[in-house]
Order: sequence, then structure tokens, then C-alpha cells
Amino acid sequence: MDSSQTIYQALKKAGINFVVSLPCVNLGKLMDMIDCDSDIIHVPVNREEEGFGICAGAYMGGKKTAILMQNSGLGNSVNVLASLYKLYQLPIIMIISHRGTDGEFMNAQVPMGKATTGVLDALEITYFIPKTPDDALKLISKAGSLVEIENVPVGILLEISFW
Amino acid sequence: MERIEAIQKITEQLNNELIICNIGFPSRELYAVKDSPNNFYMLGSMGMASSIGLGLAMAQDRKVVVLDGDGSLLMNMGSLVTIFNQNPNNLILVILDNECYGSTGSQCSYASTVDLSRVAEAVGFKNLFLFQNEIDFSEILNINGSIFVHIKIEKGNADVPVIDMEPEDIKIRFIEEIKGKLNTL
Repeated sequence: MDSSQTIYQALKKAGINFVVSLPCVNLGKLMDMIDCDSDIIHVPVNREEEGFGICAGAYMGGKKTAILMQNSGLGNSVNVLASLYKLYQLPIIMIISHRGTDGEFMNAQVPMGKATTGVLDALEITYFIPKTPDDALKLISKAGSLVEIENVPVGILLEISFW
Repeated sequence: MERIEAIQKITEQLNNELIICNIGFPSRELYAVKDSPNNFYMLGSMGMASSIGLGLAMAQDRKVVVLDGDGSLLMNMGSLVTIFNQNPNNLILVILDNECYGSTGSQCSYASTVDLSRVAEAVGFKNLFLFQNEIDFSEILNINGSIFVHIKIEKGNADVPVIDMEPEDIKIRFIEEIKGKLNTL
């Protein structure tokens, strides 16, 4: 299966029905699939931090949430992850296009690319790095269970080589 | 009119709406004036009140009132654009505007030179209300649509204690209220 299709199917299987997004060139196809799905509320946002706020409200209103973003957006969201998600114990699946990894064509992406796992570690957020679509199916399913059981954010880092 | 008086006047007129309340003294004052399972008190993530309110309004049918501040709105101004575009019919965004960062010592915010109502109007909000001395929610509560309520208040924090609830308890009580379980316990 195509890599974008796989992520979409895995999110559906995890019961995700509320998604906020900021685009990355690697997330374009996935965003289109989510946008066309009438069972998922899709909210494009202006800044990732805002997206986390929206998902927190949607979760309390009964939705299962995910955010699609580039890893740069993780940098924009450190405080909301700590002082909203960790503080109140809120779940969310974070589908993160991890730029600045092997194969990156744009040098400017490298510094945040290198900082990404360190930022997640500092926030004590669990993350998985699927290498293939099969991997992604399994790990997103695992992430789906983890967010529900433990009420935590979980990251799925999709490196350039994944796509 | 200081913030706590505005909060008092608003809560007196609300029925059973859900409230998302901004971090710091606004939440402490709401907690002191009228604690309720309908209230979600923010203890962190400054700027996120309007976003949390938007997500909550889109996820369920009950009306949502966000008690936000000028400094917090300025920190997350893009939220106005998202709210306008999503336009849920059950969201009332209240800006308690004292032209300063009240919880940190009343340092001036740019709301003293920028009219936040005009910002909301420029974004496209059609339902705009401005109050200074009296606050009347009767019309506001009957409108279906996203509403921007701008309330000019004086600087000043009430002498009220910190909220003695754990963050997780605030969340669980709020979610149970939304699910309607409290009534059946």
C-alpha cells in the first residue's frame, strides 16, 4: 500500500475522527484523504500550537484526535504540550513529517530535524519511527492504544525515507 | 468595572453553557464567583483558551463561552481567523480587555492602541458586541453563530485564593459533565 494511504487507514482503525493540520509537502496526499472523509472533522490551523488547543477541546467534547504537522511545528508547541497535555493528561496522536533527516534536500531543515527527538525526550513523550508502511500500521495501532489507556500524546515520526 | 465584577455579571446571565476560562486570575476569580462542573479552568498554556473553546464547540452541541483576555488573544491572534472560518454556531468568545497582562503585574498590552473589536470585524465576525459598564447577554445567548464579545474592564485582580483542584480533576469533572454522567451518579 502507498505510504499516505497506510497512515490514513491506520488513523481510521484507531478511531480518529477529529484532525487538525498544517501542511508539509510529504503530508499533502494524507491531508487530501482526510479532507474528503465526511466521518472526520478536519480543521486546518494557522499554527500547530493552536491545533493542539483545538484538539484538547475536541477531546473533552468526545472526539478522538490527531494532528498532522511538520517537525518544525513541534518546536512551536512545546509549552502547550507541557502545560496543557502533560498537565491535564490529554491524549493525541501526532503524525509528524520529520524533515531534516537522511535524504533532506534543504539544509535549513537540518537543525530542527536534529533537535526533534531531543525535544520529545525532554517532554517525556513516547514516539515511534516506522520505517515502512507495514511498520506504520502496527505502530499507529500501538499509539492508538497508548493514547487511550494512558491519556498521553504519542508521536509518529515519519522520516524522509519513509515516503 | 474590574474583571471579577464582569465575570459575576456574565455568570449570573448564563444558563447551562460550558465555560473555558483563561489562565491566571480569570480562572481564580471564576472559581471564587461560581465554581461549576461546567467550568474548565486553564492552569497553563496561555493563549489557548479560544482554541480549546473552538474545538469543544465543534465536537458537541452545547454552547461554549470562552472567557479570554486581551493579552491571551494577542498571543494567539490566528485563532480568530480559524474560528471565523470554521464558524461553529455555539461559540461565544468573550474578551475581558483590561489592556494589560493582569496576572503578571498589569504590564501594558498592545490592546491599549489596537482595538480588538475592529480586528475581529476585519477578520469577518458578523456578531460583535462591545460592553463597558453594563453587560447584557440576553441577545447574545439567542444568536446561532460565532460571537465576539469585547468587554472593556479596569485593571485589577480580586483577592481570591488559588484553585485547590488538581488539573486532572478539573478535566475529569468537566468531561463527565459534558457526557451527562453527573446527573445519573
